[in-house]
Amino acid sequence: MYRSHVLVCGGTGCTSSGSQQIMEALTAELEKKGLQNEISVVQTGCHGLCALGPIMIVYPDASFYSMVKVEDIPEIVEEHLLKGRVVTRLLYQETVTSSGVKALIDTDFYKKQHRIALRNCGVINPEVIEEYIGTGGYQALGTVLTEMAPDDVIQVLLDSGLRGRGGGGFPTGLKWKLARQNDADQKYVCCNADEGDPGAFMDRSVLEGDPHALIEAMIIAGYAIGATQGYVYVRAEYPIAVDRLNIAIEQAREFELLGKDIFGSGFDFDLDIRLGAGAFVCGEETALMTSIEGHRGEPRPRPPFPAQKGLFGKPTILNNVETYANIPQIILNGAEWFASMGTEKSKGTKVFALGGKINNTGLVEVPMGTTLRTVIDEIGGGIPNGKKFKAAQTGGPSGGCIPAEHFDIPIDYDNLIAIGSMMGSGGLIVMDEDDCMVDIAKFFLEFTVEESCGKCTPCRVGTKRMLEILEKVTKGNAVLEDLDKLEELCYYIKNNSLCGLGQTAPNPVLSTLRYFRDEYEAHIKEKKCPSGVCKALLSYHIDAGKCKGCTLCARVCPNDAISGSVKNPHVIDLDKCIKCGACMDKCKFGAIYKQ
Amino acid sequence: MKSLEELKAIREKMQGQVSLRGEDHDNTRVVVGMATCGIASGARPVLNTLATLVQEKGLTGKIAVTQTGCIGLCQYEPIVEVMEPGKTKVTYIKMNSEKAAEVVERHLVGGHIVEAYTLSGADIK
Repeated sequence: MYRSHVLVCGGTGCTSSGSQQIMEALTAELEKKGLQNEISVVQTGCHGLCALGPIMIVYPDASFYSMVKVEDIPEIVEEHLLKGRVVTRLLYQETVTSSGVKALIDTDFYKKQHRIALRNCGVINPEVIEEYIGTGGYQALGTVLTEMAPDDVIQVLLDSGLRGRGGGGFPTGLKWKLARQNDADQKYVCCNADEGDPGAFMDRSVLEGDPHALIEAMIIAGYAIGATQGYVYVRAEYPIAVDRLNIAIEQAREFELLGKDIFGSGFDFDLDIRLGAGAFVCGEETALMTSIEGHRGEPRPRPPFPAQKGLFGKPTILNNVETYANIPQIILNGAEWFASMGTEKSKGTKVFALGGKINNTGLVEVPMGTTLRTVIDEIGGGIPNGKKFKAAQTGGPSGGCIPAEHFDIPIDYDNLIAIGSMMGSGGLIVMDEDDCMVDIAKFFLEFTVEESCGKCTPCRVGTKRMLEILEKVTKGNAVLEDLDKLEELCYYIKNNSLCGLGQTAPNPVLSTLRYFRDEYEAHIKEKKCPSGVCKALLSYHIDAGKCKGCTLCARVCPNDAISGSVKNPHVIDLDKCIKCGACMDKCKFGAIYKQ
Repeated sequence: MKSLEELKAIREKMQGQVSLRGEDHDNTRVVVGMATCGIASGARPVLNTLATLVQEKGLTGKIAVTQTGCIGLCQYEPIVEVMEPGKTKVTYIKMNSEKAAEVVERHLVGGHIVEAYTLSGADIK
């Protein structure tokens, strides 16, 4: 028994900011002080506040230390862990108030969050199955196998209103029901952990922080549809997640939660991991199953849908990690509990990965129907440097941009589609006045062009042509008719592509054309990039009135484009200038401007 | 895992430890003076006894055992303070492991203050 637990985040974010070294230093320091039998060091999954890693929480008093450094460890051990004096200056400063320390759940970042899928992330040690059981883990599975018929399980999911968290938003209960109705000698349960949207990392976080929740839900799914084998398709680019999932599967086998006759119910189920090489198209369900079968990851036409003919030609269900992570909680707390959260057609919560121009980069889980304003301004802590919000990009390369005028729209599946974006897997990239929307659309198009598998022509050739038009726009070579061509091409690709990748690839362009057409037109008509991003349309100049002739700019210029003598205003030779912006960053007098 | 009972047994064994990581600040707080004076007069075994017993009895959801610094009554260390929401603070002085165990049993579980060990109960001039 330990009197105190010190939780150190071992998620990918904190690992990259050095949490392993923190763990080692902490363990060594505790031994030095003879505290190793009183204080336990627990490696957990992600707490969500990735911008402030490495993160460390001391229980039972729940003190939240952020951006911990190895040299802080002796002080924290001596002062806090031994003598009980919290080292206030090292705490997450949001928790420090004039009257003392406030609880983490009362900070702006956590106050409005409601964690269901992430409930154990950052709380338990994901490599110890007993900790998961201690928080009520595998209880839902026990209940399902001993007290419920498969149809009852499906009914609970139908009643709960749970929809797929991977992007499409298809009702999970219905998917299971269809798979159950199809008789076959073998069926399969698959998990899509091939998280590919740039900026989204909630699935990785669940795998790293609470892998048993996924395993438990997949066994439940197997029982509900009548499958005895499951596969988790996860990208090899997630090494920590793969390790923890492997450990978790081994432990579940040891505890006979995977294998024969689980809970004495006569039900058998086993689970294996299949590693993907990181192709974006393998997140599409038919391509994913083709890849598990050992073929090149390419989609195939639907129907037949996976519920009829899926993996190895057998009825299969495929759900996303976050979807699965909700299921044990729905079984335990009931469909009504889950359906009480969210909006009319989108129930429960959704995890968002906040990125881009926002103070609290990280993972947040909020009830469906929370407004963008709450997520960005309150939970996310707003936009750095007092800049103005321009748009939020949701749904990655399949989604679109939400402009400021929709800042107060409740976020759910249907509202996002109505305004030309989509939920996607939950990436949320915030953009401010310095971001050029044409450039953003071009960025996502570059991604889809690269990731298109090439099987169907609209996607393979069409996206490439779209990218070429966008490049013309950003270089100032386009004419207004190009925008009409671009739009026509968008609809053609949407309607004629084989799979979701191509069908949604034009979305970033369509939504920016819809809300920011003026920016496109400025590039074409005035040959100007209003945000000052597109290099071809910019030029750097020196304001002779402000220039003191310090020569610094001339010295940092990598291409010798700046000339002038000491104490006299300098001049940029526009023919030589490569627009790197080094002079502007270095000028102490604000004399250099771009236009 | 062949039965729900097996699962329940593991769950109960772990629950005390995992619920130590709660965020509920309305809990009863049991605070042990762990400044130099407290440590010198034997506060560490007291703290460990309290923390262990609270976990063993599955009370971590309701009671948080933590340390504090010196409250200025160094001659009465080891000092243990029990702060229950809505009640006056109870200060136990000159504690040891046995007394701590008794406080857990009679005060934290039973709800009766062990007057003999308190600051007000001790005959201090």
